[in-house]
Amino acid sequence: MVKTNGDAKLTLKTEEVMVNIGPQHPSTHGVFRMRVTFDGEVVTELEPIFGYLHRGSEKLAEERTYTQVITLTDRLDYLASMSNNLAYVLAAEKLAGIQPPERAMYIRVIMAELMRIASHCMGLGFFINDLGALATPLMYMFREREKILDLFELVCGARITFSYMRIGGVSGDLPEEFMPALVKFINEMPGYIDEYEALLRENEILISRTKDIAILTAEKAINASVTGPMLRASGVPWDLRKSDPYEVYDRFDFDIPVGSTGDTYDRFLVRLEEMRESVLIVKQAMEQIPSGPFRALAPALIHPPVGEAYAHVEAPKGELGFYLVSDNSIAPYRCKIRAPSFINLTVLRDLIIGWKLADLVVIFGSFDINMGEVDR
Amino acid sequence: MYGLGIAKGMIVTFKHLFRKPFTVQYPEEVVPRGSRFRGYEFTWYEDRCTGCASCAKYCPLGTINIVTHPEGDPKQGMDYAIDIFDIDTGRCMFCGLCVEACPYEAIQAGGPLDDATYDFESLYRDKHKLTEMAQEHLHGHDFTYPNGKQAPQPDEKPLHIGLPVERDRTR
Repeated sequence: MVKTNGDAKLTLKTEEVMVNIGPQHPSTHGVFRMRVTFDGEVVTELEPIFGYLHRGSEKLAEERTYTQVITLTDRLDYLASMSNNLAYVLAAEKLAGIQPPERAMYIRVIMAELMRIASHCMGLGFFINDLGALATPLMYMFREREKILDLFELVCGARITFSYMRIGGVSGDLPEEFMPALVKFINEMPGYIDEYEALLRENEILISRTKDIAILTAEKAINASVTGPMLRASGVPWDLRKSDPYEVYDRFDFDIPVGSTGDTYDRFLVRLEEMRESVLIVKQAMEQIPSGPFRALAPALIHPPVGEAYAHVEAPKGELGFYLVSDNSIAPYRCKIRAPSFINLTVLRDLIIGWKLADLVVIFGSFDINMGEVDR
Repeated sequence: MYGLGIAKGMIVTFKHLFRKPFTVQYPEEVVPRGSRFRGYEFTWYEDRCTGCASCAKYCPLGTINIVTHPEGDPKQGMDYAIDIFDIDTGRCMFCGLCVEACPYEAIQAGGPLDDATYDFESLYRDKHKLTEMAQEHLHGHDFTYPNGKQAPQPDEKPLHIGLPVERDRTR
């Protein structure tokens, strides 16, 4: 019995074919591998296989000091390194009982939100790329990401592996030339998002390829503990920035964009709207940012008391959590990373079965996963 | 009407036909980098280094190898003489923790940017090579350290350049 979905009505039964997609494939966003069984053009079975990029980050963290682990977190989701830094330092601060100064918290929020814009630019760009709009919208989005990376370069000197945040603050205060550059970017950014919308939102090809395709119901999303834009596209207004505010997010006024049906088009729209909200948050943070120290007086080599701590942030891809256990030494006894991309992949099989080969690539693109984080 | 969305998108694309290109012709023109840019090679100033090995302890990958022995009169304030100071730049990931760790600003990021080499071995730099790079930087930048501070003029305190020695990784 072959399951049919949408307009894929099967009249002719053909022999099933097993196809390997990945690990080296342009649409798999890294070294992801899917073992897919097709009946004609329709997917009947899918088995995700990962681990090709496994570097053992959790184990490596056990032999590095708490400060040195920050450099490992850069390499998890390499399109959103600042959010990874933030999640880790929050966990380490909770463990060691260090309170960062207010200015540091504002700087971190600005960085995390800029990172969300850059990450969504990449997520949307490659999603559109998978749809077949080869590179034109992607290049537009690369342009804005480049501007954000230039801002990061001013602040911390690096463009991908930032290692900017430190336990108890950030590694350096905002340089003089940063604020004018940020104001310029934030004033330009809504115009760019309008440009993406004009380019894509009403595009008939995009709508026919994504609307009512691969509907993820709210119930299924919650049962699979899907988080991030994928969950919000299904109509669940769950955002850790609102539901469990960390840092200073409770002082900002912003909305959580929520989708209505949970199809691929909603996942696209939610990311687009989230970029607007991020711009709003950065604007408010720029107005409220106080002067003062950027780093708490914490020792460089911390020995947290015996215990455990879990801290989570709303990373661009979903809930990113770090669970640290301390045995009062200079290195964590255990470091567990809850990677959103990895957990979002649990619904991949359910969503894709019943759709055609061409939809597989698009549905997978709408997940916006990052293999650095899946395999860690 | 079908096609309206596509037409809207084409208007956006059409506007981009008339803007200037962003391309920078790299070897001829170089994009200026911020003062904190972390892609430069490290320079190490032997006259500033006390041999405390903070940088080696902070390095997450252990790329810095330092061997010292105590020297001088304990009454005068004992010092450490540096026997070996090597940076294995081939394994370095430019996190900048060593620069942050150094209390005397002896190791700084701000050397050459375009220093691709043909062999992996030449990325392993001993103290003579590092001093040579530091000297080169100071002479090229009016005796200013990469962090903007003034370095002593050469006649005040001569910085020595040792002869390169045969490297032995078993040390």
